[in-house]
Amino acid sequence: MSVLFPTSVADACAMLADEPDAVPVAGGTDLLVNWPERLEEHEKTFIDLWKLEELRPAHWTEAEYVLGARTTYWDVVGDRRAWAEFPLLIEAARQVGAVQIQARGTWAGNIVNASPAADGVPVLMAYDAVVVLQSREGTEEIRLSDFYFGYKQMRRRRDQLVTAIRLPRRAYDYQVFEKVGSRRAQAITKLGVAVTRTNGAWRVVANSVAPTVRRCQAVESVLSSGVAVSSHEDLLPAIRQDVSPIDDIRSTAEYRERVMARLLYYDLKGVCANFE
Amino acid sequence: MSSNIPITFELNGEDVTLEVSPTERLLDLLRYRLDLTGTKEGCGEGECGACTVYLDGLPVNSCLVPAYQIRGSRVDTIESVDSEDVDPLLRSGATQCGACTPGVVMTALWIREHPGLLQTHTIRELMAGNLCRCTGYDGIVEGVEEMLLRRDRAS
Amino acid sequence: MKRREGLAKLMGRERYVDDLQVDGCLWGMTVRSPAPRGRITEIRFGRGVDWSEFVLVDHDDIPGPNEIFLIEHDQPALAPGYVRHVHEPVLLLAHPERAMVRRAVREVEVIVAPEPPVLDYRVTPGADQIQFGTDNVLKHLTIEKGDVERALAAAPHVVEGIYETGAQEHVYLENQGMLAYLEDDVLTVSGSMQCPYYVLQALTHVLNRVASQVRVIQTPTGGGFGGKEEYPSNVAIHAALLALKAQRPVKLIYDRSEDLAATTKRHPSWVWHRTGLDRDGRLLAQDIQVLIDGGAYVTLSPVVLSRAIIHAAGPYSCDNVRIDGKAMLTNAVPFGAFRGFGAPQTQFAGERHMDVIAETLDVDPVELRRINLIRDGQATSTGQVIHDGTDREGVMQQALDMAQYDEKRREHLHFNATHPSLRRGIGLATFYHGAGFTGSGEVVLESVLHVAGRPDGRVEVLSSNIEMGQGTLTVFTQLAADRLGYDPADVVIAEADTSRVPNSGPTVASRTSMIVGRLVERACDDLKTRLGLAAEARGAAIKNAIIAWYRDHRNEELLGRAQYHQPEGISWDERTYRGDAYGTFAWATHVAEVEVDLRTYSSRVLDFVAVQEVGKVLNETLARGQVQGGVVQGIGWALMEDCRFRDGAMENNQLTNYLIPTSDDVPPIRVAFLENPYPHGAHGAKGLGELPVDGPAPAVVNAIAAATGTDPRGIPVTPERLMKLMEKKEPRDG
Repeated sequence: MSVLFPTSVADACAMLADEPDAVPVAGGTDLLVNWPERLEEHEKTFIDLWKLEELRPAHWTEAEYVLGARTTYWDVVGDRRAWAEFPLLIEAARQVGAVQIQARGTWAGNIVNASPAADGVPVLMAYDAVVVLQSREGTEEIRLSDFYFGYKQMRRRRDQLVTAIRLPRRAYDYQVFEKVGSRRAQAITKLGVAVTRTNGAWRVVANSVAPTVRRCQAVESVLSSGVAVSSHEDLLPAIRQDVSPIDDIRSTAEYRERVMARLLYYDLKGVCANFE
Repeated sequence: MSSNIPITFELNGEDVTLEVSPTERLLDLLRYRLDLTGTKEGCGEGECGACTVYLDGLPVNSCLVPAYQIRGSRVDTIESVDSEDVDPLLRSGATQCGACTPGVVMTALWIREHPGLLQTHTIRELMAGNLCRCTGYDGIVEGVEEMLLRRDRAS
Repeated sequence: MKRREGLAKLMGRERYVDDLQVDGCLWGMTVRSPAPRGRITEIRFGRGVDWSEFVLVDHDDIPGPNEIFLIEHDQPALAPGYVRHVHEPVLLLAHPERAMVRRAVREVEVIVAPEPPVLDYRVTPGADQIQFGTDNVLKHLTIEKGDVERALAAAPHVVEGIYETGAQEHVYLENQGMLAYLEDDVLTVSGSMQCPYYVLQALTHVLNRVASQVRVIQTPTGGGFGGKEEYPSNVAIHAALLALKAQRPVKLIYDRSEDLAATTKRHPSWVWHRTGLDRDGRLLAQDIQVLIDGGAYVTLSPVVLSRAIIHAAGPYSCDNVRIDGKAMLTNAVPFGAFRGFGAPQTQFAGERHMDVIAETLDVDPVELRRINLIRDGQATSTGQVIHDGTDREGVMQQALDMAQYDEKRREHLHFNATHPSLRRGIGLATFYHGAGFTGSGEVVLESVLHVAGRPDGRVEVLSSNIEMGQGTLTVFTQLAADRLGYDPADVVIAEADTSRVPNSGPTVASRTSMIVGRLVERACDDLKTRLGLAAEARGAAIKNAIIAWYRDHRNEELLGRAQYHQPEGISWDERTYRGDAYGTFAWATHVAEVEVDLRTYSSRVLDFVAVQEVGKVLNETLARGQVQGGVVQGIGWALMEDCRFRDGAMENNQLTNYLIPTSDDVPPIRVAFLENPYPHGAHGAKGLGELPVDGPAPAVVNAIAAATGTDPRGIPVTPERLMKLMEKKEPRDG
């Protein structure tokens, strides 16, 4: 096991280009879990991003809120403008572990860890986030909703580093994030759903119900179609098109599907005109 | 196989320079090399918070921090705590078996130092990263409330 | 008095076993069985490891009988070629570097030729699954009172029900751990434990050593809850075997995943009730069957079963009771002691059943309990006549008043009719807990305690009862200081080191304050007698007398002694299970208010009231903390703590997947005590430690039933299970 210590993003990209199997590490909140019991799995080269200050700050432009690759959940919780403009980021951040995890976990780390249960990803996706990837070859931008294509599979080349996450600033007239875990705090998500509406355009994103966090376009169509929805069961066909939950150690497929429908139904009743 | 990484950091107000291994966690460094055994290991998965220390002023699980990441940083452990500061917790019954307690104290004192957080968070939410199996949490929550009151009175 | 060791704990200065630094220490680990049952055909050692660097121990290295000394000696210390459960210890390894031993453990492959395991204790085993006696029944116990069949036949109403509870993990925050080393020819084992003399006995037996060659020292213990009653003997034996073979100190500290997977849990239970009642709801007959899952070896299951059946009929008066209990063998990791010790299981069943009866007969659940609560002069199921003068109805009424039970019920009717997705309910449980060992257990223990005078006039309490968070050090200090008129600072509590302290029994069964605390008082009295002082002598008079005594008795030690004697009027027949099962009972009522989210089927406790009569509260802060902690443990068991087993192994052996409540999952637990001093307990105290775990599960589940109109019969009531119940109630529930 060895660790490389880049002094700049360019430096980090050069290291990745030379050693594409190297693993960038930021807050370590996924990597270090049960670490001493799994040391053989970690016989690799790591690139430490934690001290790359240029990746840390989030910043605001006229049109965007831009998170750095090293921006933590707690950094965003501490940003008063984020509470006003991107409240779902705050909602999600507060439910990632507890303060001790929020202080170390990063949004970019959550994206590239690519867990289907990632708590930060649904809200970013519901805000139409764009992932900025950098390598020695240059910079590439990919919409987060296009980023994953299978379980733990993503459109990041091994020589690319996520350097930023860009969120367009828009006026949302509806937004909600529901995380369902087995307890109120510090629980891994059994299912989650983030919903936003801007200018009549719906975004519905779910986690823990498919191999990746997923945008649910069939559900979005139902919401914008005007077709009457008179019970949560009316949402099930669209949900079944969008997601494919499974039974696992934390919950059941049936529960996930049904509760996703019920959350959407109860939350959107009175919001979405076609819900009765 | 393991290379040694020289680091310098500030530990409880003093500069420390030493070499760490890439496999070493901050928790291991504190407990097994620096004999700062006040920081406890409860789970090794970042779930229980018994290993809570401050990294640059924020509470973190030291079981999830690679030791090399503290280079140039400030680390504060339970050994830096003043006994007078924990008196409210002693009176409220915040400790029973004591295994979660140092972590609880670190988070509790951090809340006391950041009372503004209570405009948006409850004590119970902020303490949720510290599992306690003995107290049912009332003794802890009441102790933090009393700490905040004393702080108000003092200022 | 403030907790005696509280400041040290708050400052992180208390040294637990893993905090002890020992020069030249090796790290030990355990290689375990991968299969639930079968013969070990081969053990393969990986090539990637230099095995010459390791100390290896197997069953052939055991000097004495390969048995863990307990009720039966059926459990081996290391598998002798045959395994009966997953994670059964097979081999021990030690190495100076912890990372190396962790890696090496994974490089050992234990090959097992599988035999048919028993994985469900409720199913009658097939012939090829029999592993204990003729039927896999580890213990069968019955209680008979009156004529149940006749009373049932005549009863206007008969209500039946089956209730089940799942396994529960202790989740003491400090994992199991032991340190073993040799001092000349004395083997010393120190570590996290509740019962130093159990460990001593287990070590002398398996190591074939005399007691003077073994010394056991309890280190500050980071929670026990029963999980450190019998299990530490296993860890101690393993550490000792490694240290003897290596001739070097060995530390054996479990990782959390190993602790969750390989150590004991609360016994799962299946309880069947058939109850005869008159038209008003008076109990005419209680016919109860209890099954508990014992796991692969007998361990403590017989005594857990005993306490389970004795508490199964609840704190009610009924003339005809029949209780039949069996502990069944399965090829699971043995289930073990856990706070409450069988009583939480059967009282969940009993108190949930009371609400089912109330619903069936359309009587008020409070009224049903009120008319049946045992009154002075009436007898429990074992025929123990209760005449303690406690106002049991008053206990219940105070809990209802504090919880605003009637107002809440009215409010909930309105709330539930109008809220689109939330439902609220309130539920109660009335229950009791017998303190101390069951039946003649305390007589058999013959606990002895010393209070020594010290040459400087201070006194020292010497006992084998340990501090694990529940407050022994503080309570013993208070009791001795009160009895002698001493400043608490002049009372020393000896470290629980078997080379110094007498055997005052194990730290279990809610016995420490009540029974051993009484010995502290009596040993203080004996000290005064030995000094020739009058019973009224206090403080300086005693101190001066001790100092003077040492002037006259150089090289002697001044010891006040006390030994347990059964109070007059207690009698128990172990053979018929008739008589006084316990010296006394503590009585309690819990009331829970719960909110269920119909969107997610998750339940949350909004308010919780715990009222109990405990004889005498010795320390308000400590007592309240015991109740609050116990209640939250009970809430966890009721709602979220779900051990998931597959092929006899726990699948969710991480704290990420086995969830216990956080501070944000529970409301403040509101506690009130009623006092009715028990003449034979220290200062009038009754046992308190376990009582608070008996009530939360039924109170919470009764509240969920009230909120949702469902009828949950098992715990934990996870959202997934509640979803099924809601669908059963209303197949197309909007």
